[in-house]
Amino acid sequence: MSAIDLPYQIEPHPVTGVTSGKLGIWLFLASEVMLFGSLFSSYVLLRVGSGMEFWPSGVEAGLNVPIGTFNTMVLIGSSVTMVMSWASLKMNKLGAFKGYFATTIFLGALFLVVKAFEYSDKFSHGVFPWVGWPEAGDPSTFYALYFTLTGLHALHVLLGILPNLWLLVFGVAMWETDRERFTGRIEIAGLYWHFVDLVWIFLFPVLYLL
Amino acid sequence: MSLKAFHIFFILVSTLLALVFGVWAIDDFGRSASGVSLALGVGSFLTSGLLVCYGIWFLRKLKNVSYL
Repeated sequence: MSAIDLPYQIEPHPVTGVTSGKLGIWLFLASEVMLFGSLFSSYVLLRVGSGMEFWPSGVEAGLNVPIGTFNTMVLIGSSVTMVMSWASLKMNKLGAFKGYFATTIFLGALFLVVKAFEYSDKFSHGVFPWVGWPEAGDPSTFYALYFTLTGLHALHVLLGILPNLWLLVFGVAMWETDRERFTGRIEIAGLYWHFVDLVWIFLFPVLYLL
Repeated sequence: MSLKAFHIFFILVSTLLALVFGVWAIDDFGRSASGVSLALGVGSFLTSGLLVCYGIWFLRKLKNVSYL
């Protein structure tokens, strides 16, 4: 073993039963659960504390449900293409992997573009996180949470797209030298991507429907 | 937990969301008579069915891959 080789990159650790990379991403995702969990808790506490009559639903606050639905479909689709890209590598189909993985990146970017249009529409109507805070009947508390939660989520989508792009353009060279390790990297990228999509699956009904 | 197991969980949660959204949209159609809400509701129920079919297909396709 050379000085830079990390143990248990391909074979599972005898104690944990998973590779070091998979253990690492799950520990990271546990910290992400705490981050988003604290924000969801803030949402619940602020909403309960405001009195129901002062809290607008997403529709009442002016959010566009069909656009939110479209973005939800985009992210669910991106999770499907992500897992299919990993499955393609398991079946030694590099060409199919590239197609599915590129589609995942495209769908992630499409989500961000649609989100940017939603944001710009709100800004053009004078809706910002800090305007009118926190008068009863004013949706600004709602929008402060909306921008915080969706902004942080969009940042996570962006931070998923960038390493995925790297894996597709440069990282794929590892397929020729170490196929199992490259497949493991794609699985780790897929776990992160699924987590980010799962956060949106909870954000959509909470912000747009309730 | 492998990506396979996480994906199955994700599809389950997505199916539940589609069903809940379908109920919400049909309820909204009952109040507003909006054609968009009706379309969203019907589309959502169809999507939940599609997700269940996809989940079964996915489980069959990756039956030899570990859940760990």
